[in-house]
Amino acid sequence: MLEMRGITKRFPGVVANDDVSFDLRAGEVHTLLGENGAGKSTLMKILFGLYQPDAGEILLQGRPVTITSPTDAIEHRIGMVHQHFMLVPTLTVAENVALGLPSMRRPFTDLDTVSQRMVEISDQYGLTVDPSIEVWKLSVGERQRVEIIKALYREAELLVLDEPTAVLTPQEVDDLFVILRQMTEAGRGLVFISHKLREVLDLSDRITVLRNGVVTGTTVPAEASLERLAEMMVGREVSLAPDKPPVATGRPRLVLEHVTVIGDRDTVAVDGVDLEVRAGEIVGIAGVSGNGQRELAETIAGLRPAEPGSSVQIDRADVTTADAATTRAAGLAYVPEERMKDGAIGEFDVGENLLLVNHRDPSFLRGGLFDFERIRLHCQRLVDAFSVKTPTLQTPTSSLSGGNIQKLILARELDSDPTVLLAAQPTRGVDIGAAEYIHGQLIERRSEGVAVLLISEDLDEILALADRIAVMYEGRIVQLVDRADATREGLGLAMAGAADRSPG
Amino acid sequence: MIRRALGAVVPVGAALVAFLFGAIMIVALGANPIDGLVAMLDGAFGTRERLATTAVRATPLLLVGVGICVAFRAKVINIGGEGQIVIGALASTAVALAVPGTPKVLLLPMVIVAGMVGGGFWGAIPGALKAYASVNEILSTIMLNLVAVQVMNYLLRGPMIDPLEVEGSRIPQTERLTDNAALPTLLSGTRLHLGVVIGITAAVAAYVLLWRTPLGFRLRAVGHNPNAARASGISVERSIVTAMAISGSLSGLAGVVLVFGSESLRMVTDGSAAGFTSAAGFNGIVAALFGALHPLWTIPSAFLFGGLLTGANNLQRVLQIPSPLAVALNGIVVVFVVSSGRVRTWIEQRIRQPVDDRGASAPVAGGGG
Repeated sequence: MLEMRGITKRFPGVVANDDVSFDLRAGEVHTLLGENGAGKSTLMKILFGLYQPDAGEILLQGRPVTITSPTDAIEHRIGMVHQHFMLVPTLTVAENVALGLPSMRRPFTDLDTVSQRMVEISDQYGLTVDPSIEVWKLSVGERQRVEIIKALYREAELLVLDEPTAVLTPQEVDDLFVILRQMTEAGRGLVFISHKLREVLDLSDRITVLRNGVVTGTTVPAEASLERLAEMMVGREVSLAPDKPPVATGRPRLVLEHVTVIGDRDTVAVDGVDLEVRAGEIVGIAGVSGNGQRELAETIAGLRPAEPGSSVQIDRADVTTADAATTRAAGLAYVPEERMKDGAIGEFDVGENLLLVNHRDPSFLRGGLFDFERIRLHCQRLVDAFSVKTPTLQTPTSSLSGGNIQKLILARELDSDPTVLLAAQPTRGVDIGAAEYIHGQLIERRSEGVAVLLISEDLDEILALADRIAVMYEGRIVQLVDRADATREGLGLAMAGAADRSPG
Repeated sequence: MIRRALGAVVPVGAALVAFLFGAIMIVALGANPIDGLVAMLDGAFGTRERLATTAVRATPLLLVGVGICVAFRAKVINIGGEGQIVIGALASTAVALAVPGTPKVLLLPMVIVAGMVGGGFWGAIPGALKAYASVNEILSTIMLNLVAVQVMNYLLRGPMIDPLEVEGSRIPQTERLTDNAALPTLLSGTRLHLGVVIGITAAVAAYVLLWRTPLGFRLRAVGHNPNAARASGISVERSIVTAMAISGSLSGLAGVVLVFGSESLRMVTDGSAAGFTSAAGFNGIVAALFGALHPLWTIPSAFLFGGLLTGANNLQRVLQIPSPLAVALNGIVVVFVVSSGRVRTWIEQRIRQPVDDRGASAPVAGGGG
């Protein structure tokens, strides 16, 4: 039903798509696989009319078409479910679906007919959502269903799903896949964008891999494996399961006792968490984001106050009420969840960001002023040691890739020789090579006796790295198991809140 | 490269457009704009004396402007220059009045410190209000300007009034300070005094502070991204208060220069802030903006605006055009310099193809759509 031939799109300095061809048949799921910056999004934005290609053509049902805007795309029955939902939270589901469509009873709305048709669509695909409920009351999974309904309501025959599973629990992913299969059975064509290899193998009929704007191959799940796909994405062999030498665990270095934290919305975000991380172990906190992980991390890092009765200790020092400087002095290194918000300063150059934590160090000063030669040597050493790819130390940090910014933050944080390392989503949105490197660093520090607390939404990451796994749900740790006893299914259920919870 | 070039070209372009408007106003006032321009340039830079006067008038603008730069780097907008000048001047004058016999080498450092402490304190108040109570600093600094005027009027009409005025016309002014309090003249026959050196030194010091010291590093980090600064152990609150205190102390220093560099050698007002400051607290903001909020660029920028002020006086003398024209020109420059940021972004977007989501625009650069 769709053919994109020889699509080329250049941006200054980069060729985002270089002679890319991609086709989609009715009734199939065709996955676009590739790392960030490989050109998946560019290709789909061209299809949706957000970009114009410099060369190449698009054919729908065999006829060449020009798509110059999303309105055009919708008229051609192309729908897109964006990674970041395009919904108005204060409006109801029906109002969101009707948004931008002409009413049949102008100047009045026709929300009752919209609701009616919506319910028909919902029933057909098992997309149960109440049309009269406001969107802000919905869970993330439900919001995604609204996005899909929106596209179906506009009679999309071809649906692009941009990383739809990124925000879902494993169970929600299963539910989504059931819905998607029903849609292909009804003859619709789906383009699935993802970098989660396991899901890709699970769902796809065909898989096309992009690397640096070029198609590196098209394959079918029967002939592919996780390792083979990763290799096609990265261009070299990668180890998906890092080697983890056994390490004898030592004394507890990070101790949380009944930590309770109030979140931004004045509700209890972290609810009486008890946890110990010992020297030489990695404790993973699994869970869908928004269940208190961010607040817990900020409290440990001294950025958010804990409620009375809570206790946070780093190497036996009580840091419950300490600020970030004191917590760091006690031995904490902190890799925050949002690297451009909390981790690095985009406008600062690479060197300045490397200096952020220890700029007071007297060895960088001469007569009260910065000794730039010394600082340069220090930063160059870190950049080399952590293979941060940057043209110069004076390069603005915001122009680096996500993976390199993350390596920069890690370099800065680990330079202080911490005893406790708190890493929140350390590889989110990071290319496979950088993720591999970061994982290696976490394991190396564990071997050196650092207590590592790893917070991640990525269950594969937790399973690959952690020695013990805690599952957080609605601010509590609902399950705490040794890695050996953990199963993907069990953790998935706990993440969805189905685990037994002892009262109190 | 393009960014750099634009950074220089756009403000100059803005100034040229502003002067074009000035020319139109001169025509509207019934004079030849070429004569007007000549009169202004001659009045500002024509002779040694006039150059010196321009430098002297530029100094308070420079000091306030450098303070604006420091605060801005920490993302604090200090509109309280007027009030900080007044409090700095009052503090330093009070010291000079209290110890009249002190020799110059001791007295000048004392009054400079007093002025900086006074202005710094007046700046630290809105800084602390912003840091610890999230009070918008633009509002609080403007309010504190009004408070400072009342403090000044009370003191100059009451406790600090010139004893001769008590029985006289009750002009709000202090008595004339002893000659050992005057800022030494650098060039005989002109008004050029030590204040000019103080101003340039302060600008260089601010540059060094911001880009060569850990404190300046923290201020800039907080200005760019307070979240990341806090997460790395920097106290955002303390940095904001510090930035405002430094900014206020530089305005306070401007107050010192205004009193101790004045010909009458006393603090005098007409009951308004501008009656004492000649609006240096606001014109300094203009100078800083025109200097791209960089302390070193603020030096030539302040000199230019000092020239505008002295030039406008000559314009009045030669062509009978009212000197408040300079005020209008100041305002126009502000409008154009501030909006030139927009122009600059717009030009940049035309030059390079957007890589972000706004990508549905013209296909090729220079498409002029």
